[in-house]
Amino acid sequence: SFEEAPLHVLVFTYMGYGIGTLFGYFRDFLRNWGIEKCNAAIEREEQKDFVPLYQDFENFYTRNLYMRIRDNWNRPICSAPGAHFDVMERVSDDYNWTFRFTGRIIKDVINMGSYNFLGLAVKYNESMRTIKDVLETYGSGVASTRHEMGTLDKHKELEDLMAKFLNVEAAMVFGMGFATNSMNIPALVGKGCLILSDELNHASIVLGARLSGATIRPFKHNNIQDLEKLLRDAIIYGQPRTRRAWKKILILVEGIYSMEGSIVNLPQIVALKKKYKAYLYVDEAHSIGAVGPTGRGVREFFGMDPDDVDVYMGTFTKSFGASGGYIAGKKELVDYLRVHSHSAVYATSMSPPIAEQIIRSLKLIMGLDGTTQGLQRIRQLAKNTKYFREKLKEIGLIIYGNDKSPVVPVLLYMPSKVAAFARHMLDRKIGVVVVGFPATPLAEARARFCISAAHTREMLDTVLEAIDEMGDLLHLKYSRHRKSARPVLNDEMNFELDD
Amino acid sequence: MDSKKTYVHLDLEERLAKFMKTEEAIIYSYGFSTIASAIPAYSKRGDIVFVDRAACFAIQKGLQASRSDIKLFKHNDVADLERLLKEQEIEDQKNPRKARVTRRFIVVEGLYMNTGTICPLPELVKLKYKYKARIFLEESLSFGVLGEHGRGVTEHYGISIDDIDLISANMENALASIGGFCCGRSFVIDHQRLSGQGYCFSASLPPLLAAAAIEALNIMEENPGIFAVLKKKCQQIHKALQGISGLKVVGESFSPAFHLQLEESTGSREKDVKLLQEIVNQCMSRSIALTQARYLEKEEKCLPPPSIRVVVTVEQTEEELERAASTIKEVAQAVLL
Repeated sequence: SFEEAPLHVLVFTYMGYGIGTLFGYFRDFLRNWGIEKCNAAIEREEQKDFVPLYQDFENFYTRNLYMRIRDNWNRPICSAPGAHFDVMERVSDDYNWTFRFTGRIIKDVINMGSYNFLGLAVKYNESMRTIKDVLETYGSGVASTRHEMGTLDKHKELEDLMAKFLNVEAAMVFGMGFATNSMNIPALVGKGCLILSDELNHASIVLGARLSGATIRPFKHNNIQDLEKLLRDAIIYGQPRTRRAWKKILILVEGIYSMEGSIVNLPQIVALKKKYKAYLYVDEAHSIGAVGPTGRGVREFFGMDPDDVDVYMGTFTKSFGASGGYIAGKKELVDYLRVHSHSAVYATSMSPPIAEQIIRSLKLIMGLDGTTQGLQRIRQLAKNTKYFREKLKEIGLIIYGNDKSPVVPVLLYMPSKVAAFARHMLDRKIGVVVVGFPATPLAEARARFCISAAHTREMLDTVLEAIDEMGDLLHLKYSRHRKSARPVLNDEMNFELDD
Repeated sequence: MDSKKTYVHLDLEERLAKFMKTEEAIIYSYGFSTIASAIPAYSKRGDIVFVDRAACFAIQKGLQASRSDIKLFKHNDVADLERLLKEQEIEDQKNPRKARVTRRFIVVEGLYMNTGTICPLPELVKLKYKYKARIFLEESLSFGVLGEHGRGVTEHYGISIDDIDLISANMENALASIGGFCCGRSFVIDHQRLSGQGYCFSASLPPLLAAAAIEALNIMEENPGIFAVLKKKCQQIHKALQGISGLKVVGESFSPAFHLQLEESTGSREKDVKLLQEIVNQCMSRSIALTQARYLEKEEKCLPPPSIRVVVTVEQTEEELERAASTIKEVAQAVLL
């Protein structure tokens, strides 16, 4: 489900960047010779003879290309990021070098950008009373690490609940999702081990793998043949110079990839792992609570055994409306991490009100609070996802990703269209996230929509209408497969028997 | 790269920048990631970083992620640092082309977490201008503690804050929240908004905790007297814990977190740790909560000796401090003799 763009689009995209770069050189020349005023901050007088802090070229892209369309990013909001939110209006008098806030607020912007899959990131309401109580009892910060004075009974409660939710033996929670990856992968693997990681893995996984000191070999995105080849080579040839066997082989994948919206091909990877006796680490940051019949992630989505994946990792930022990360799996694994994880020894543990929020969300999703709200939200999310994706395909835009994934990237390709799309959508009171280089490849800038259970049919229809108009205005309808509204009979990525 | 700020975050960034009297501040959602992402954003492969031996683990991880050349100098030894800088200067003269593009950084902590001592900042600033290296100061322990208004070690020594290129601190100690911040001139800080890994690729701080930090800043600004009170209490307990036979106090008298180490080690680290743990357990049974300083023994570059970390807060009364000191004395005498 990764359609190629027509050739003329790629040509125009590269031309666009080329012209931008030429202009960039021209402007830099003018700035150096003082003809044009330099608006960026500059080094202190006393430190002018130090070695320059930034290479000229490092900042070239930021100064000349990103700066032109900078107003589409980092827009501050002033309400909870629910299905509707309020954006602070800001204008720039000097072409995006500085911003000032007009003081006005754009109210009720439809939120298609926040990872709010189950609609749990809302303003305070009465059911959040327990969080207030916890805040009053425990305070806001913990001020210590897990090993020293920072393990609270709230953490134990949360860990037990999380283990039950995922149907594994034990779990451990950490204060930050990014840090969970970058501090635990080094504790699990070290020198003499091999890491096979998907080429599109998140920066936190890449950082964790680099910090561990193991050898890293990337494989093409979701490509099972490439992974199998690498596994065979690793087992046949062993370590590079000594030819000894690798101590451990760890495969790092993600549940849903945030930039592509694709879901990992888990059954085949598990088959490979069992055949070649490697370990599997799945980062479910975007898929926990979002896919699967009861929201338990990609394992449930594919209907596999809980023991098939060795290390489950995920974050609480996306579906649970809190912050933090967890690692779950067999009891031995979690006990080992309790002692050896960098985060447990040096970094602060999770804040108590946040832990309470996660406990509350978990109880809602699991149905332990006595209602079926959790299940309803998950079903609503699946329905919304299906509807939105079908309609987008009908409109004729190129979108990436699996049909069931609630993260929908719409390809825009050209940097100018990226800016135009974001600005026009904000004018119509729809907030979208656009991403360009370097988070995506140079020619594939995109807009990323995140569906939420809190979106109603009307909201989705408003958004779809707006996208339709934008598609006509900006000539975005590149897709050559205009699908009809009839259901698809043969979908290779669909592993369930019936919908 | 999407909108990860609410007006609460903007407010907190402005307040922090104003409080520290710098141009700009940037907020991270986790204390460990703050310095661990700030260092690799500026220092890349081929650059040279001079760092103290007693630097904390977060700094070590930041240096490892940056892949730069690391040169360790003896703890708080300015002469050793000068020697390393001179050696580097000689290297530079051999290869001036390379020297023109190699950046140099000195990374120090205000109050060291591992030893409780303060860094000799005035001499470091002199070295900075002499050898043209930039200073990154990590102020987790000294923010909200040192200085007349709690602005940290620069206020303590009376150094202009413009001389320090980057100050990074976490909000988990003095501000009782979660997260961290970096502050400095816009020229330096703005770069992290696009290239700080812990900032771009991760979620922002929950507004609840950002609001808690703003409230803490309010308290700090409204009662500047608490810093003097805290200093006095630190000095009190520091003095009270002197003279315990078998334990020595390591750390400055005005540092709120200092260490009690065994005067003579038994020879094996495990036995030392067991002895100290015995002291901690007995103090716990007498209602004094203490903890040993924990390290990952295999991962640290320069492993500090085992110790008990004693932390003082401004809320403890003088009687409580006296009682704590006498309990620790009794227990130590009972266990070590």
